[in-house]
Amino acid sequence: MKQVPAEYYQLMEQLQAVDFVLVELTLYLDTHNDDLDAINQFNHYVQERKRIKKQFESQFGPLQQFGNSYSGKPWNWNDSPWPWQV
Amino acid sequence: MWIYEKKLQYPVRVSTCNPMLAKFLIEQYGGADGELAAALRYLNQRYTIPDKVIGLLTDIGTEEFAHLEMIATMVYKLTKDATPEQMKAAGLGAHYANHEKALYYENAGGVPWTATYIQAKGDPIADLYEDIAAEEKARATYQWIINMSDDPDINDSLRFLREREIIHAQRFREAVEILKEEQGRKKIF
Amino acid sequence: MHTHHKSYQPYVSPFDPCKPMIEKTYSTPPHLYIGFQPPNLPQFTPMEALRAGTLWKAFYDPWYGPYEKKNWGVPS
Repeated sequence: MKQVPAEYYQLMEQLQAVDFVLVELTLYLDTHNDDLDAINQFNHYVQERKRIKKQFESQFGPLQQFGNSYSGKPWNWNDSPWPWQV
Repeated sequence: MWIYEKKLQYPVRVSTCNPMLAKFLIEQYGGADGELAAALRYLNQRYTIPDKVIGLLTDIGTEEFAHLEMIATMVYKLTKDATPEQMKAAGLGAHYANHEKALYYENAGGVPWTATYIQAKGDPIADLYEDIAAEEKARATYQWIINMSDDPDINDSLRFLREREIIHAQRFREAVEILKEEQGRKKIF
Repeated sequence: MHTHHKSYQPYVSPFDPCKPMIEKTYSTPPHLYIGFQPPNLPQFTPMEALRAGTLWKAFYDPWYGPYEKKNWGVPS
């Protein structure tokens, strides 16, 4: 049975960290829509997440579907493992 | 609409096969102050709340689904390879008889989830105060589960989830301030 | 001194069946004292923030069980 390499966990954690900053800033901006520093920081991490997502997907397949990620050939969205399995 | 992402919000690790912990954790899956109730409460209230706070309810409601998936992951891993004997010894015999290893929206006592756990009053202040209370109750539940757990990896994830309740409560309190339309809302010490 | 735990001493009866817990504590997390969040509060790094469960240091209030080693410093 194939298992994911250690790099999967490292890259995933990098993405989780950046995405977490984005979650926190999103909730903060929902109640502070005039904080320009926070908006700039938000946009900075949007770019950062794009970069990490691209790197992760090139090695481990799509993170999202319905067209929010490109597909490999054959269709690889269904590929294991799912997040609760790793 | 919602887009699924093949990623947990926070890494979930489990140290030992311990189905009894799963029995306690299911409180946060299908209990009154659990993550399912939280997600459905906020996402349902947002249709009848002033536009200024719809975004916040939408985003916190969405984050609650990520938390639901983390709890599901813990329960799944804690029970995945448990024998029927172990399930029985953990107090999950009744669950096993009805559901085998399947997850079910029920509380720690095995009572199925019900919509009566959540309220939608149509009054923005009443609804937001319910939301603040729900976050504090969920925070307390995480405390009590951490107090009973000797699994350091599970506790690490539960600590994350407890901290999220604090932040959500903070944002709901700010939402109340916004709806009060107080000018001097900068700082209240 | 400001803490995020408060305590009280419940009445102890000579007829209480269990060994008395002299002191009971409860949690009073930081958000109860901050009010509307002011801008530019000190932040954690992204990896620390993930571990802490919050981006802002002022809201960090970790809870540890009786079987765990407590770590009140930088989240790791």
